Amino acid sequence: MTKLTDAFKNKKAFIPFIAANDPDFEGTVNNVVALAKGGADIVEIGIPFSDPIADGPVIQAADIRALKEDPDLPMDTIFDMVAEIRKQTDVPLAFLTYLNIVFQYGYEAFTARCEELGIYGLVIPDMPLEERGELEPAAKKHHVDLIPLVTPVSGDRIEKIAKAATGFIYVVSSLGVTGERSEFANDLSELVTRIRKVTDVPTAIGFGIHTPEQATEMAQIADGAIVGSACVNIVAEYGKQAPAKLLDYTKQMEKAVNAHPVR
Amino acid sequence: MTELNLNLNKNTTGRYGDYGGQYIPETLMNELDRMTKAYEHYKNDPEFKTELHDLLVDYANRPSLLYYAERMTKDLGGAQIYLKREDLNHTGAHKINNVIGQALLAKHMGKTRLIAETGAGQHGVATATIAAYFGMECEVFMGKKDTDRQKLNVYRMELLGAKVHPVTSGSMVLKDAINAALQDWTKRIDDTYYLMGSATGPHPYPLMVRDFQSVISQEAKTQLKEKTGKLPDMVVACVGGGSNAIGSFANFIDDPSVQLVGAEAAGKGVETELTAATVERGSNGIFHGMKSMFLQNKTGQINPVYSISAGLDYPGVGPEHAYLAKTGRAQYVGITDDEAVDAFEYIAKMEGIVAAIESCHAVAYVRKIAPKMRKDQIIVCTLSGRGDKDVSSIAKYRGVDIDD
Repeated sequence: MTKLTDAFKNKKAFIPFIAANDPDFEGTVNNVVALAKGGADIVEIGIPFSDPIADGPVIQAADIRALKEDPDLPMDTIFDMVAEIRKQTDVPLAFLTYLNIVFQYGYEAFTARCEELGIYGLVIPDMPLEERGELEPAAKKHHVDLIPLVTPVSGDRIEKIAKAATGFIYVVSSLGVTGERSEFANDLSELVTRIRKVTDVPTAIGFGIHTPEQATEMAQIADGAIVGSACVNIVAEYGKQAPAKLLDYTKQMEKAVNAHPVR
Repeated sequence: MTELNLNLNKNTTGRYGDYGGQYIPETLMNELDRMTKAYEHYKNDPEFKTELHDLLVDYANRPSLLYYAERMTKDLGGAQIYLKREDLNHTGAHKINNVIGQALLAKHMGKTRLIAETGAGQHGVATATIAAYFGMECEVFMGKKDTDRQKLNVYRMELLGAKVHPVTSGSMVLKDAINAALQDWTKRIDDTYYLMGSATGPHPYPLMVRDFQSVISQEAKTQLKEKTGKLPDMVVACVGGGSNAIGSFANFIDDPSVQLVGAEAAGKGVETELTAATVERGSNGIFHGMKSMFLQNKTGQINPVYSISAGLDYPGVGPEHAYLAKTGRAQYVGITDDEAVDAFEYIAKMEGIVAAIESCHAVAYVRKIAPKMRKDQIIVCTLSGRGDKDVSSIAKYRGVDIDD
């Protein structure tokens, strides 16, 4: 059982997301620590990318802010942020980024750094099952889970993806890009049921969740909820004051996902 | 015109050495798979092939001329120059070849809405045209910078019934238009076909675009044989994403005596930051669904690129071009804005042809290389499009103020 899978043990997981270097180095460290203190079970750190094709306007804007001062922001600076974070919390961490960032650093070197710093998983939206072969050996060697995405239109791919999964499975709530929304695909339960038939790896639903009510609803379907744009909005709105707000929000959301007893 | 051979290349895996692949969000994977299977089926379907052939002949005005540029040949004093006149196609560029093929596929797949990205606007116009022809809904994504510098094409698309979305994210050019089109597609897959215009993106796009554009070299090879009895010594075409170039090269790749040259947009110079010369300045990477060569920084962020030509300022090349470059089968050379604008004026005065500024990158290379070749040697240069759309921006470049 991996550290990420462990985070779902005996409870529903709340998984917030923020973008690295938004607004800056210190802000990132403080924001992640606040999310951990608030009760996040896993924190997803987005590595900013110039062209985030799977992300909606809110996370796109975060990436632009993160790269504005330094478009050449080195990956090593982001690893340094994680090292700072690790001085203050042992919350399970995962990176969300696009494959080119990992490819440029080198698959072996990147996953080795992840292992060293306690980054237990990678969510890579532009790396479908068929393309993970090139990264998988290094990821396995360094105990980094490659978190796959399953969507309402994955159809007969669901079982194939689920069987290959470790860590957790990211269930995409609806079509389109990331960002807050009021409606989700109506067959999510069926999707999760199909996943559970072939694997014990936990599931977390993401894309669009922002209210506690939605978090409660999604946590009844799956094993956890992922919240990105809502957290990023807090960072955008409150800047240096974001950590306190993120802490409150996380407390509320963590409670919401655990509003009902675990199955 | 003989029927187009859609089985020219036996490699249909979507991998070109290390390049190619399908690096795309899960949401689109099943749809790409459906598209791949549909294409594999229909490219061998006699009815589809007949429809494609009829559209290419009766609607697109194929075959396009292979024109002996006698004045240019004499003036440059070296190789004989033949121009493959894709500018004479309906809608004025090679883009129509691919658009007819893919739209026909979309129709057979039961799609009713076409979306597309466009840089200079030629692909958007071609897509809007075929959408009108088939009675399909059409939305085109175009960088805000490009909608500003190509107003005429924006109006043409609207005239044809398409909705044009100016894209204001990122650097507001072609790559951002592709991002926006991909994002729109992930929202609405059922009835929508993303009609990609270049030989880029995830499989099966590079394969399909190459096959549909290979009509250029299939015709050129036959036409040149009829005129001279020979193969060309060199084929030259401009490269942004690389659709007209891959189509111009396709039927000559297995003829080792034919040198293949892609003219990239060097912008202000290959060594400057204001360039779009991907093969010369770029490195291997993964973006827009493919592993290929890209202009990027050390971290892997995609660079903003620059060229006077809206159709060539893309930070990558199609995966087959990356492969041809790596294996040395094709050479890629940078042509600056200045050289391209000089060529724009040169070919207008010399041959009476106003060619697209994109195509003039290829013409500029021909001006450099032809004098160094023997008189019995032959160059085929693809004029990918006509230059009406560029007249006002070239005037501006030369400091002439005209109302547009």
